[in-house]
Amino acid sequence: MRITLRINGEEHQADCWEGESLLFALREKLGFPGAKNACEQGECGSCSVLLDGTLVCACLVLAAQADGHEVTTVEGLAEGEQLHPVQQAFVDAGAVQCGFCTPGLVVATADLLSRNTSPSDDEIREALSGNLCRCTGYAKIFDAVRRAASA
Amino acid sequence: MDVLTPRTLAEALRLKAEHREAWPIQGGTDVLVALNFDRGRPACLLNLNEVAELRGFTRQDGALRLGSGLTYAEVEHGLLRDVLPALAEASRTVGSPQIRNRGTIGGNLGTSSPAGDALPPLLVEGAEVECASVRGTRRVPLGEFVTGVKRNVLEPDELITAVWVTPSRAPQTFMKVGPRNAMVIAVVSLAVSAGDELRASFGSASPRPVLVTAPREEADSFPERVAAAAAPIDDVRGSERYRRHALRVLTERALKRVLV
Ligand SMILES: Cc1cc2nc3c(=O)[nH]c(=O)nc-3n(C[C@H](O)[C@H](O)[C@H](O)COP(=O)(O)OP(=O)(O)OC[C@H]3O[C@@H](n4cnc5c(N)ncnc54)[C@H](O)[C@@H]3O)c2cc1C
Ligand code: FES
Ligand code: FES
Repeated sequence: MRITLRINGEEHQADCWEGESLLFALREKLGFPGAKNACEQGECGSCSVLLDGTLVCACLVLAAQADGHEVTTVEGLAEGEQLHPVQQAFVDAGAVQCGFCTPGLVVATADLLSRNTSPSDDEIREALSGNLCRCTGYAKIFDAVRRAASA
Repeated sequence: MDVLTPRTLAEALRLKAEHREAWPIQGGTDVLVALNFDRGRPACLLNLNEVAELRGFTRQDGALRLGSGLTYAEVEHGLLRDVLPALAEASRTVGSPQIRNRGTIGGNLGTSSPAGDALPPLLVEGAEVECASVRGTRRVPLGEFVTGVKRNVLEPDELITAVWVTPSRAPQTFMKVGPRNAMVIAVVSLAVSAGDELRASFGSASPRPVLVTAPREEADSFPERVAAAAAPIDDVRGSERYRRHALRVLTERALKRVLV
């Protein structure tokens, strides 16, 4: 089936298998490999994207359900060469080890800060509870979120 | 495989009548896991995301009609927090923000898992499930809706369209035991309210939802009564003995919160 959706502000089309996830369509059909595929069961958050402005796991959205909707991926955060403040904060804080979890964490953090510009540590913990870092770099990730919040 | 995306409830019911084998899909947080891991290949998926009638909630003569597409995030953050506090607390414990943004009350009922976190707080509040088909609409008390582990009374042509609940306004709470504070399938969960009587229901401790009630004067023996009503099993998440013990302890704690 053919789906049409807006990704990072631009219209795209893809031919999808009916049972495939938005994550698969983004990565394999649409050329947006930023969202990562790890667990495919909603446990790790590495596939986090915004669907109509709402933070979701792209692995748990049917590609067909995104037909006619807006998706923002990590690729859509930077303005040209200018990194998004959250991306810059992750770089500056050294919050990236292997980097596999980073796109999901960046999208989830950008989502948090869009709603709450000065989150408490508990609020950060809660907002990022669906994003796992297998390198366990959580202390630096927290530094990055605090840095981005005060940027 | 086909994906059908109706725009109205009438169209959704017609499609379900024509494609009885179709799997409804709302948030997809259960359905996509099944598809991604090849645990099922339905001939047809019925995507209900575009059906406005299933979204949000409305009030009617003191009762609330929660659309089957109401998300945990909407329960957790919206106006319902004050009127259905135990359901809001339960919603807060579901998965992660990403899961709560997509996962719905209707999907939790559709799955009918003993671990479904929406079930105990809704049962304590006397909820009824609205099931609709082209043949008409019926309301089934939640305790009768779920008939066993992942089984319910839905007919092949029916959809869950809403949950009806008349808020008791009784002090109430929800508790859940698991290895971490997020992303946890309940080892055991519990909803308790203390209105004219004491009411409790638990998750992950019986094949179908059970309501336990007692007069307020019998609060001392209530934890024991709740534990005795459970029929837990031994599995990877916990033993039968641990679950019963946890229910006793949780009920004691819950009563301290709600008996004010
Ligand atoms: C990482 C993760 C964590 C989770 N954590 C929890 C948790 O803490 N607690 C918990 O209770 N659950 C949890 N779940 C399970 C799931 O999120 C819930 O059961 C959720 O309520 C399902 O809602 P949904 O809208 O996503 O359902 P869907 O996946 O869309 O559907 C679920 C089932 O209901 C059926 N269905 C959907 N809508 C209808 C309808 N209108 N009429 C008839 N049938 C329908 C579907 O066919 C399917 O069988 C978790 C899932 C994941 C992936
Ligand atoms: S790949 Fe989607 S949550 Fe892990
Ligand atoms: S940096 Fe490796 S998974 Fe987080």
